Amino acid sequence: MNAIRVLLVDDEKEFVSTLAERLLLRGIEADWVASAEEALEKIKDSQYDLAVLDVKMPHISGIELKRMLHEHCPDMQFIFMTGHGSEQDFHAGSSEAGAAYYLVKPVHIDDLMLKMNEVLDRER
Amino acid sequence: MGEPVLERFKPRFWDNRFADSGPFKRLFNFRRIWKLAVLLTSLVAIIPLFVLAIFDLNVTRHSAETQINLRITKLVSNTDRTLTFFLEERKYALDFIVNSHSYKTLSKPQKLAGILESLKQTMGGFVDLGVIDATGEQVCYVGPYTLQGKNYTGEAWFQEVLERGLYISDVFLGFREVPHLVIAIKHENPDGSFYIFRATLDTDRFNQVLSQIELIGQGDMFLINRQGVIQTPSTYHGNVLNILDIQVPKYSDYAQVFNKKNGRGQALIVGYSYIKDTPFILMNITRKNELMRPVYKTNLLLVGFIAVSTTLIVLVVMGVATRLVNEIYNADQQRVRTLREVEHSSKLASIGRLAAGVAHEINNPLAIIGEKAGLMKDIMMVEKEYPYQDKLTGLVDSILASVERCGAITKRLLGFAKHLEVKIEPVDLATVIRDVLAFLNREASYRSITVTTDLPEDLPFFESDHGKLQQIFLNLVNNAFAAMSNGGALEIRARQKPDEDIVVTVRDDGCGIPEADMERIFEPFFSTKKEKGGTGLGLSITYGLVQEIGGTIQVESELGKGSLFTITLPIERGEREK
Repeated sequence: MNAIRVLLVDDEKEFVSTLAERLLLRGIEADWVASAEEALEKIKDSQYDLAVLDVKMPHISGIELKRMLHEHCPDMQFIFMTGHGSEQDFHAGSSEAGAAYYLVKPVHIDDLMLKMNEVLDRER
Repeated sequence: MGEPVLERFKPRFWDNRFADSGPFKRLFNFRRIWKLAVLLTSLVAIIPLFVLAIFDLNVTRHSAETQINLRITKLVSNTDRTLTFFLEERKYALDFIVNSHSYKTLSKPQKLAGILESLKQTMGGFVDLGVIDATGEQVCYVGPYTLQGKNYTGEAWFQEVLERGLYISDVFLGFREVPHLVIAIKHENPDGSFYIFRATLDTDRFNQVLSQIELIGQGDMFLINRQGVIQTPSTYHGNVLNILDIQVPKYSDYAQVFNKKNGRGQALIVGYSYIKDTPFILMNITRKNELMRPVYKTNLLLVGFIAVSTTLIVLVVMGVATRLVNEIYNADQQRVRTLREVEHSSKLASIGRLAAGVAHEINNPLAIIGEKAGLMKDIMMVEKEYPYQDKLTGLVDSILASVERCGAITKRLLGFAKHLEVKIEPVDLATVIRDVLAFLNREASYRSITVTTDLPEDLPFFESDHGKLQQIFLNLVNNAFAAMSNGGALEIRARQKPDEDIVVTVRDDGCGIPEADMERIFEPFFSTKKEKGGTGLGLSITYGLVQEIGGTIQVESELGKGSLFTITLPIERGEREK
């Protein structure tokens, strides 16, 4: 079984880089980028099983990015993170991806691992 | 004693001249409305009543006066006829005597005494008789005086009887101080010679005739001569041969009536008639008050009726006005309360949004701290041996625990803002705007502000927050009203742009915004009407609300000419056609 390949997208560099490092320590191949534009570049030469997206980002929001990524890689799964935790985001997130794929910051690493497994298990 | 009773009847709005709080302080002056209502309604009800009453009083009085005058005229002219007839009767009797007896016969005292006797018996009132020849000498006389041989050539009455053939004298006190009058006729013989036949009458029979006349009211009927000397007894105006206290009326061929005041200021109605061929004027003097008494009685009744109805009208009007104004007052109180609630909830909403904003901002660095500490812990778990192992593990755990605690707090703050969040539903913009305007309709009409709307029929329903849209337009219209003077004009237009977004413009012709303030008007706590109770939150809240439903708001303004707010509302959220 190949290692899971995950792309993390969040405009908070410090946060997303650290999260990627921690996932690596857990045997997950995690790449990170700090904007939607970079993410779209990244998927041109790499394949990912899963993308973890921040909902609120400048220029292109997480929700829109999901739609774009989905066009390129129909098999890719998604998890959303949000710092807002509001109903609005919740509705937006759940209508796009389902309540199970939605996490509120600060994210507990174990919760994220659990969600990732759930998403990928369901897909298989 | 009077004060507390008044206090008890005083309606609630009386002391509360203005609805006490909120941004619409001076919408109504209830006391003024009440006074105006009472005054106008009372006047409208009472003035016609008074006009009719005065009209009626005048008409009744005038017709009564006319009628009284008519009656007096009739009475006077009838009496005149009776007196004329009475005197003519005497004259004809004398005519008969001179025609049926020769001058010779009449010149004999025994014969003349016989005639006087039979006159006394048949007609009565004759005192003496005399025959005067053409030279003016009384050739024969029978009666109580010794006038035989007296010459009358120089007397005025003698000249008159010569000229006119008839003479009737004024009343004079004659024999035994009894009033008398003289009738003299001239008799011409076929041969051209003539003599005068003269009789003295006492006025008793005359008075009798007058006293038999049925008078109107407490009238007084008597004769005067042309010099105003009373000729027959009067009840109120002096004795015979006294001078009448009223000026002798002007000559007239017919009976006349006029109004006059006597020396004591009493109104009199004077009827008179010049009796033909005599020096007499028939007078009928009546006190006007006596005659008008029934009219005054009716008038008094009418005045009483007017007084009672006026009192009733005023009482009813006051009652109804009090009730209606109280209802308006209550409704206004309710409106002010509702507005206050809206204001309060919008303040709360802004606090909620502030809290949510703070929570959101803290959440990001908190997440970073959490991840960094988590990574430290991960590394510690990979490395088996390092100095201060237990101590460092404890420190990292403690950091992670604190991060979790902070996370819990921010989540709670976000939860607080949750119910203030956008509630998306299909919204009809035209209805929202009409609802808001209906809410402010009264202020607009009270201040004569013209509000025009241009809301196309084909505006699509779109997904948005009904409550927030309402609040946005309420704030904007309120703001416009505050900037406008009375009689201003407000225009609200909505259009769908080609890219499907909806643009709403709110244009007022108020005081406008100085250029220096333009950049700051959406800032919280920036207000140009702080002294009028502005919080400076209205436009900033509006701004926040527009942003929350994904729209934009812009303002253009010219100082002294008005402002134009333009709101663009997105329609991308699953638009639905009507």
